[in-house]
Amino acid sequence: MVGSLGRRAKLRSAAFTYLNLAPYIFFALFPFYFMFVTSFKSNAELYNLKSAPFWIQSGVITDHYAYLFRKTEFLTWMGNSLLISVVATGVSIVLSILAGYSLSRLRFRGAGSFGTAVFVTYLVPPTLLFLPLSQVVSWMGLSDTIYALMITYPTFLVPFCTWLLMGYFRTVPREVEECALVDGATRTQTLVRIVLPMAVPGIICALLFSFTLCWNEFTYALTFVSQSANKTAVVGVTADLIRGDIYYWGSLMAGAVLASVPVVIVYVLFLDYYVSGLTAGAVKG
Amino acid sequence: MAVGPQVLEAAGARSAGRLSRLREWWEQEEVFGYGLILPALALLVSLVAFPFGMAIYFSLSDYWVGSPGSFVGLANYREILSNETFRQTVRNSFVFTAVALTLKIVLGVWLAVLLARPVRFKRLIRGAILLPFVIPTALSTLGWQWMFDSLYSVVNWTAIHLGLISPPGPNWLGQATYAMIAVIVVNVWRGLPFFAITTLAGLVAVPREYYEAAEVDGASSWSRFWLVTLPLLKPVLAVVILFSTIFTFADFNIVYILTRGGPMNTTHLFATLAYQVGLNGGNLGQGSAIALFIFPLLGAVVFFQLRYIRKD
Repeated sequence: MVGSLGRRAKLRSAAFTYLNLAPYIFFALFPFYFMFVTSFKSNAELYNLKSAPFWIQSGVITDHYAYLFRKTEFLTWMGNSLLISVVATGVSIVLSILAGYSLSRLRFRGAGSFGTAVFVTYLVPPTLLFLPLSQVVSWMGLSDTIYALMITYPTFLVPFCTWLLMGYFRTVPREVEECALVDGATRTQTLVRIVLPMAVPGIICALLFSFTLCWNEFTYALTFVSQSANKTAVVGVTADLIRGDIYYWGSLMAGAVLASVPVVIVYVLFLDYYVSGLTAGAVKG
Repeated sequence: MAVGPQVLEAAGARSAGRLSRLREWWEQEEVFGYGLILPALALLVSLVAFPFGMAIYFSLSDYWVGSPGSFVGLANYREILSNETFRQTVRNSFVFTAVALTLKIVLGVWLAVLLARPVRFKRLIRGAILLPFVIPTALSTLGWQWMFDSLYSVVNWTAIHLGLISPPGPNWLGQATYAMIAVIVVNVWRGLPFFAITTLAGLVAVPREYYEAAEVDGASSWSRFWLVTLPLLKPVLAVVILFSTIFTFADFNIVYILTRGGPMNTTHLFATLAYQVGLNGGNLGQGSAIALFIFPLLGAVVFFQLRYIRKD
């Protein structure tokens, strides 16, 4: 009797959970579904007020995708995004490993205030600095090149990754490190051979977030680059697929879908790292 | 390579001694520590601190794109503060941040509570919930723009067919109040996952005993949430709310793509107005002054964060 009552209560509680989660999941996913469906619809159907917008009635077409590849610089934009993301991420990770290790492990005067400074720059939103940075970039002779983005992206990646990695470096037991030093290893060897291998999950996390942040960045990419051939995928799709004042929704959505693919792949492969990085970066503080 | 050591030896003990002295110097904890942060520090000084100083200088000068201007004191600020568009932007920013943040807190905490309950396909559900946070915001906002289209809006189509509104329905991005609602909806949509997942992490860390004790005391599930869960979540929530405040307040992507600040400047935020004045208009002085209005709030957030962290 008790058992059956318990089971019924459990069932009711599960139903309650799912019923409440359903609207959230719908809210989160519907826009993506709709973008996906739109990208495969013919223009005749897209702009027909009578047809139901939720699914495809008059046949799946791939014209919008073909248009991207044949008539626009979509592939160039994707290439730019990839190159910028890889370089900016690589540079930032190296700088962050060095700074993060130093700030979390080594004792020297001012370490605490440097840590605070890193944290404060982590909170500075890019929208506060894009105007003066656009001038700095032009003084360096980098306006309208992809290098402008390669050197400015680390400004928000380094504080974030350093902060994230400091948390991971702190979990490496001090004794292991001290043993290596006593055994005659240099500090550099200790960092590279002992500490880094133990912080691999943190490094993967930092790589993942950096890549995504670079790929998704919009403000700087919009501001510092104006020539179509040097644009990133996100800016190319949002700015260059609109001709005059006319929105070609089919190709716009096709571009948005394709330009999201790299991020989605990374995300699906490393979901757990993503969740742990998100909570570590924000909550550990 | 094998010749290396002999060559070194032949070169004499003096240079070898210098090398080992250098190594010894580098091995000092203090030197090594400074050495490792130097590259990151150089980057942050030259591309964050220096531009920040420039922003302040620009805001105090008559600086236009391509023509460095002279120092004009607070003239830019005076001009901005008497400008109706700017006043509208201040109002917009506070309405936008207050409403979006409230919705994210309420919906986010509730979502976190739901996610903490035992469910099947836990990973799949969390993966789906986080997706809006992962996909490039500019691109998903483009999708929302299509969903809010003046003629073919799927939102209106659904509402009309469900008999909720009469055709043609609101012009979401073309009418003041509706445009603000649209911008807030997209911001909440995109920021909710971050709120929920970080709150969930705090929730999972609450020891089970607390709930069991409350249950033994006969507390209802509502009072358990109100009296046990929420107080224990306070530290995590404080951090997440402060984070979200600054990034909501400084938002650019969503407004820029959805409305460009329109209709009639009713959705402009500091960042989008600064972009319009500073880059489209070329008035870097005024643009920088507008962007700097983000700073007082940033300062307050930093202050609270640091106090909170120090306390920790």
